[in-house]
Amino acid sequence: MSEAKKYNAPVTNPETAPFWEAAKAGKFMIKRCTTCGEAHYFPRAICPFCFSDKTVWEESSGEATVYTYSLMRKSPTGPYAIAYVTLKEGPSLQTNIVDCDLEQVKIGQKVKLVWKPTDGAPLPFFTPA
Amino acid sequence: MTIKGKAYIAGIYEHPTRHAPDKSTAQLHAEVAKGAIEDAGLTKDDIDGYFCAGDAPGGLWPMVDYLGLNTKKLRHVDSTETGGCSYLIHLGHAAEAIAAGKCSVALVTLAGKPRTGPMPPRASGAEADFESAYGATTHNAYGMCAMRHMHDYGTTSEQLAWIKVAASHHAQYNPHAMLKEVVTVEDVLNSPMISDPLHRMDCCVVTDGGGAMIVTTPEIAKSLKKPLVRLIGHGEAMKGPRGGKDLDLTYSAGVWSGPRAFEEAGVTPKDIKYASIYDSFTITVLMQLEDLGFCKKGEGGKFVADGNLISGVGKLPFNTDGGGLCSNHPVNRGGMTKILEAVRQLRGEAHPKVQVKNCDLAIAHGTGGLLGVRHAASTCILERA
Repeated sequence: MSEAKKYNAPVTNPETAPFWEAAKAGKFMIKRCTTCGEAHYFPRAICPFCFSDKTVWEESSGEATVYTYSLMRKSPTGPYAIAYVTLKEGPSLQTNIVDCDLEQVKIGQKVKLVWKPTDGAPLPFFTPA
Repeated sequence: MTIKGKAYIAGIYEHPTRHAPDKSTAQLHAEVAKGAIEDAGLTKDDIDGYFCAGDAPGGLWPMVDYLGLNTKKLRHVDSTETGGCSYLIHLGHAAEAIAAGKCSVALVTLAGKPRTGPMPPRASGAEADFESAYGATTHNAYGMCAMRHMHDYGTTSEQLAWIKVAASHHAQYNPHAMLKEVVTVEDVLNSPMISDPLHRMDCCVVTDGGGAMIVTTPEIAKSLKKPLVRLIGHGEAMKGPRGGKDLDLTYSAGVWSGPRAFEEAGVTPKDIKYASIYDSFTITVLMQLEDLGFCKKGEGGKFVADGNLISGVGKLPFNTDGGGLCSNHPVNRGGMTKILEAVRQLRGEAHPKVQVKNCDLAIAHGTGGLLGVRHAASTCILERA
């Protein structure tokens, strides 16, 4: 294996700080609106669907399915697989599929959350389940 | 209220350069502005509206000053920034301003030199902490769209390759095209894989250069010498993951901008004689043709195959200058050159080998940003008057 890739620490802000504090404790949080019931990611204070301000933090299972991906082969830092995965709770999010044979990544594949360290809060990635 | 027929494109200019280490970016803006003003038969002092986007060094104030626009006359400015389709939106906004009497001669410029200098970093929004680590680039963001389109609709790399093949057939007649060689489907499939499933030849060129246009009133256009080309419909739209609900990367914001433009113009895709379709990648063209209604969603692969986009061969001649795939993609922003070739076709000034006969109705359409992440789209329907 090559040396672990370095990732920049998230900058964070008052709106998203609870997400990153939870991440430090190993919890992957999404937001759910208690007015319309929809979950969303990345987290916002105001629901992007019904615009209610009654959004609450909810821990995600971290279980997801690959919606799509692309294996970037021409990169100065080596190949990587960017992807969108769809969480069991509903929202889809952009990520990388890591710690596996990148040639074997497939649409529909089951994946699970894995954290990668930074100098600050860790960042969420996904790996085959 | 409509902009239909309220504004004419009276002057166009595409910089012949594809590599400009000996020029400044501001200088390229001035050179394309001068070219478009002279093509129209106007002078710099006639300009009373100016439009530029994120490629203009420093934005509006420095550009207006550098170009020496007549600030006693200049009364309308717009720096709408939507990446590569900014100039298609500028055309619509210029028509709105002209229809409202806010200006009468609008200049729109695009220029830059990504081949000889670094591109400015892409601006990020509230999503930065949640996405920047994952390395989204143009290649893999469009690759993700292509991958899902193939999964959902059975689209193949061979079908995508036909888009590049068609562009190369046109580029051979453009003396300024960066890539003039005619290529085959096999050539595309044998080119190196960049970001699955996109090969190198599925990707556009990176070029220095630029382009400009003059948008004006019907009265002024008719007083000039060029064949008359007018805007009869315009649409703009945006799309993004929006909280991750119902993610679908197989369609673009063109599904909204297209119908808006067609409705305003009072025409349908069947009426279009020539199509300028933004071709940052082959998949960009395929998805946009579907989204604009040239074929059903999922049938773009069949539609583009077997030379259907080649002028004189297929049913829908597209990008007869060679497009971004072969000719020019100044500053990684293809919207301006899409308009310019559509105007050439409507004027009858395209290369004789690719000129569409009786070309009286054309579409220029593009997207800006990253198709697989967040993007804008704009559609312009143009008519020979």
